[in-house]
Amino acid sequence: MREVVVAGIGQTPVAEHWDQSLRSLAVDAVRKAMADAGVESADTLIVGNMLGGELSSQTHLGALIADYAGLEGVEAVRVEAACGSAAAALRQALLAVASGLVEVAVAVGVEKLTELAGHQVTHALATAGDADYEVQMGLSFVALNALVMQRYMYEYGVPHESFGALTVAAHANAAHNPNAMFRELPVTLESHRTARVISSPINLLDSSPIADGAAAVVVTSREYARKLAVRPVRLLACEVGTDTLSLHDRKDLLWLKGVERSTRRALERSGKTHADVDFFELHDAFSIMAALSLECSGFAERGRSVQCALDGDLQIGGKLPISTLGGLKGRGHPVGATGLYQVVEAVMQLRHEAPDAVQVDGARVAMTQNIGGSGATVVTTILERLEA
Amino acid sequence: MDISRNWRLRAQRYRLEGGRCGSCSAVSFPPRPVCLECGAEDIEPHRLSGRGTVYSYTVLYQGPESFDGGVPYAVALIDLDEGPRITAMLTDIDPEEVDFGMPVEMVVRVTNTDGERGPINYSYKFRPRLEARSRT
Repeated sequence: MREVVVAGIGQTPVAEHWDQSLRSLAVDAVRKAMADAGVESADTLIVGNMLGGELSSQTHLGALIADYAGLEGVEAVRVEAACGSAAAALRQALLAVASGLVEVAVAVGVEKLTELAGHQVTHALATAGDADYEVQMGLSFVALNALVMQRYMYEYGVPHESFGALTVAAHANAAHNPNAMFRELPVTLESHRTARVISSPINLLDSSPIADGAAAVVVTSREYARKLAVRPVRLLACEVGTDTLSLHDRKDLLWLKGVERSTRRALERSGKTHADVDFFELHDAFSIMAALSLECSGFAERGRSVQCALDGDLQIGGKLPISTLGGLKGRGHPVGATGLYQVVEAVMQLRHEAPDAVQVDGARVAMTQNIGGSGATVVTTILERLEA
Repeated sequence: MDISRNWRLRAQRYRLEGGRCGSCSAVSFPPRPVCLECGAEDIEPHRLSGRGTVYSYTVLYQGPESFDGGVPYAVALIDLDEGPRITAMLTDIDPEEVDFGMPVEMVVRVTNTDGERGPINYSYKFRPRLEARSRT
């Protein structure tokens, strides 16, 4: 298999884009990524998206976005893995280029959540769970995560207010990200403690916001990138692990096997170890998911990840900075786009082009982790800086 | 509103019918075509007792629309006596009183309705086990 790189990145700000459509967001990110890479065309376009059909009455996104992005005629398909859709699209781009069948692939993640009213979005997001045996029993997507958090707090004796450290750290970084949804929202442990409860124990500041956005990367071979006037970043691994769709089918509710499997595969594939990872863009859709992501990836002992946050280990300058540009909480969580926001941000860090206040000093190796549903699909990506 | 789905799932929703593996005897709910324990395909219908205990729970203050009339309400992961864990709504209880390990039992109740003229959907819910409650 040949070496694969990310040659270009593009993103739209994460926001409630009432003036933008699903297609215009995607096209914006694709065109920016292609301009960044200095390519005028691509051999394949892979679109990660979860809810185009449900919320924009629009499927068939491969052809649509290729058409509007000036790529009419190229191979183009959509992939879907709930909130893990964007990184799943990156996986397909990696396979395509590594195989040698494709020279230049564009992966874009796009989501337009604010097209419909809140209760319709709540309903659509819950389609990530088991319709027959979870959602139709009266559960929202928040409730599924709440079942896990409640047991976690009980089993490990971690008080709810301690989770605020994860929220505060993410929002502190978002303040420096011009593309983040929440740049001017002061979030403190106190505001976390007193936020409105949605599904106990999860409150508004344990959750990431509903948002619109698109993020894209140009993936190509290392040889091809040499012909481009760009500073590529090596895409060492992008590995998918799955678990049972339903929480009730997991023997250990507090252990995300999909995270464990995906991380193990990504580390093996990349030849890296935990100690090599300089920062970790994790999937903090809910505080509990950030905690379990750290533990099941092997960066924290069981039940100890929240303490790592309280100790400051996860801040910029700490042992393992997370959510360096705000994470899902602070940057925002346009679900089917999130996995590629994480990768775009990781590439910015590895190029040493992140805003000064949040640049990870000497960043060389990045890990990103995109989670679909309550852990049923997990995509872990490892990227490495290429010195000129 | 999901009329065929409710009809198709009637054995599960009205009488908690799971599956029992003919090869390794593992009991599952919902029934699965392939045994999660041993991979066998020899699954027989197996009706569960409907008795269990609360493993985890949450109280929804903002719910999916069709259930929204009822907030706050509690849902739980329940460990059934036969082994499987199930996700279900709790009923006949003040949501604030739900706790880990609480003994519960299955009942069939209305889950949601589709307007005044639409179908009324029923399914299993769990309530505090009556004999357990009378002892205290």
